Amino acid sequence: MTQTHESAAHDHLKFYQVGSFAIGNRLLPLEVRSVQADPERNNAITSGHRACQGCGEALGARYAVDAAFRAAQGKLVAVNATGCLEVFSTPYPETSWRIAWLHSLFGNAPAVASGVAAAYKAMGRDDIRVLGQGGDGGTVDIGFGALSGMFERNDDVLYVCYDNEGYMNTGVQRSGATPPAARTMTTQAVGEAPGNPFGMGKDVPRIAMAHEIPYVATATVADLHDLEAKVTRAMEFRGARYIHVLVPCPLGWGSSSHDTIKVARAATQSGLFPVFEAERGDVTAVSRIRKRVPVEDYLRLQKRFAHLFTPERDEEVLAKLQARADRNIARYGLLGPDGDIEEGIAARRDELEGEGAQ
Amino acid sequence: MRQQIEGSQAVAQAVAACRPQVICAYPISPQTHIVETLSRLTKAGEVPGCEFMNVESEFAAMSVAIGASAAGARAYTATASQGLLFMVEAVYNASGLGLPIVMTVANRAIGAPINIWNDHSDAMSQRDSGWLQLYAETNQEAADLHVIAYRLAEELSLPVMVCMDGFILTHAVEEVDVPERDQVDAWLPPYAPRQVLDPDDAASIGAMVGPEAFTEVRYLAHARQMQALELIPQVCDSFQQHFGREAGGLVRPYRIDEDGQRAETVVVALGSVLGTIKDVVDARREQGESIGVLGIQSFRPFPMEAVRSALDGVRRVIVVEKAFSVGIGGIVASNLRMALDHLDIELRTVVAGLGGRPITTRSLHALFDRRDSLEPLEFLDLDRELVDRELERHAAGGRTGGAAENLLKDLGSVRSTPH
Repeated sequence: MTQTHESAAHDHLKFYQVGSFAIGNRLLPLEVRSVQADPERNNAITSGHRACQGCGEALGARYAVDAAFRAAQGKLVAVNATGCLEVFSTPYPETSWRIAWLHSLFGNAPAVASGVAAAYKAMGRDDIRVLGQGGDGGTVDIGFGALSGMFERNDDVLYVCYDNEGYMNTGVQRSGATPPAARTMTTQAVGEAPGNPFGMGKDVPRIAMAHEIPYVATATVADLHDLEAKVTRAMEFRGARYIHVLVPCPLGWGSSSHDTIKVARAATQSGLFPVFEAERGDVTAVSRIRKRVPVEDYLRLQKRFAHLFTPERDEEVLAKLQARADRNIARYGLLGPDGDIEEGIAARRDELEGEGAQ
Repeated sequence: MRQQIEGSQAVAQAVAACRPQVICAYPISPQTHIVETLSRLTKAGEVPGCEFMNVESEFAAMSVAIGASAAGARAYTATASQGLLFMVEAVYNASGLGLPIVMTVANRAIGAPINIWNDHSDAMSQRDSGWLQLYAETNQEAADLHVIAYRLAEELSLPVMVCMDGFILTHAVEEVDVPERDQVDAWLPPYAPRQVLDPDDAASIGAMVGPEAFTEVRYLAHARQMQALELIPQVCDSFQQHFGREAGGLVRPYRIDEDGQRAETVVVALGSVLGTIKDVVDARREQGESIGVLGIQSFRPFPMEAVRSALDGVRRVIVVEKAFSVGIGGIVASNLRMALDHLDIELRTVVAGLGGRPITTRSLHALFDRRDSLEPLEFLDLDRELVDRELERHAAGGRTGGAAENLLKDLGSVRSTPH
């Protein structure tokens, strides 16, 4: 992979609000404003659902599904894996879904979506688009075979994984997407190597790319405009498409519910979660880091990493996590040509070390 | 059209005549010839408006069928043995969602030890899955049952499993009058789903149900199978009128009542072994024995009343079944016992034909000769000596090795025995 990718489609939009990168829709021309900013949006997941305060998945799904709905001109059906998104949205007779929605099982959402797509193809309804969705457990682990099958057949499905890095619906257990060192109820912060072991887990966006499907992208809830843009872009293709969205989970990560966006942003700005697009197996665009932060800035916001800082700093593990971020930055060229970013991070690191000394 | 044809091909052609819209397939012996034929027919354009999908597992096959059926398409798949077990979670889900999927089960044993040959362990393991289960006696019936299955499934909004004996039926070539598309079109209406994924009429399908309504939802699943008990004879009568031949139904008595007398002994069985049993019964009737046969065509729903009225007044029932529930015994026999509650009938279970062991006329004659001294549970042609040797080894303790391997070592090279 090279380090000279084009910037993501809407990277030319730079928003500088004090203390955030929040997208200021009001400053944009109408045609590039977010779908959520449109009073005529579908509100696919309407209010009243039972998601936790600060749920990243509810936020991500709301943006993703409404963007897909608009791209499909309303002809959208969704297939949902078992998980938080399914449970918090539909205890009968109540439902938050304002689209045609089907839940079958935990491990088969991609295959069910393939079946739905096949049915519409057989019936000549190519106007109806199919969205599959699930959490990381349903996608990365138990539904992985079905996902890979859907990819290799190039079935006409957009599958969105809302990755909160663990089995949160069952009470925070480790998944194949749980990062190293993270504490979960099945990788507890005890023993000689507290938390999730290093050297495990899988990078499903890259595995998706290996299938050479038309479109693969990653996104986070820190940049919802980017998430919408990617869903919209994905809907321009036919065949198998995959979007992997990082969605912080205040409950499982031990972060403050008001910090969901901040945590997601720190994941991208540290390099731990690379944000990019790929077509037919090649990276075509990356979202460059605008203000690089050390991984500590990300980790410190979450109690699942608290054992890295108390009772004393675990320098070895912190260095290994920083190395993971650095590897992503090198692999995807996340820093771009701007040399001054390095200075910024050096200053921030000095600041943190100062705090640690106090 | 009447033709000399392999069972699998006859079934494939019957399925194709039903205008399925999504066929999903994952290969497993002895189901392969069915999906191979359907693959060829769809690719050649002989099944208009049908998507044929090669999927990555049986779990995916049933899941694709679920998605297709929920979207309003007529869906079909076929499996057997390990494949059926691999898709079990989705099998239950399909019936829970009320999706009228039709699936062929080319009945085969379940491992370990791995065995590709016929018995009913696979389908029997799914008797509680909420699917209708119809058992075919012949290839003609196997082909016809698929047409009937779609009619039943779509009227009831429940999935139907058509069970046909692996190899014995799937790979046997015999004369079959294969249902043709014109005939089927005139008898099987297009699929009109009760609930469908429709972007213009948004509904949430498959949502969570808690204790406040779960019992009622499950009760309705049972109630619909009870409705099926009424519907199956009606649909099968209608089939007979339209196609001019009998197929399916709930139960099929054979020589139970002769000369105004109910038989003393009735042999109960499912599937292709009924043919062999009928031959044996014919021979024994010739010798003056009072013996008949009851074939069970519909195992789910289980036709309690039909079974009871067919067997009321007989002295002895011998159930010959190709599966058993380890730790208790006969499965069909257990169901039968419920149907015969309070009737003074001696019930004997004979487990036979496991893993493809032939059920021969000679063995059946020997069995029926002992009709007055049968144990409650017997295993036909069990090699007692072989079993005892392994039991002794095991009793001696220590690392005795795997039972399957030990038995094969004792047997020496596998040989076929003359029937």
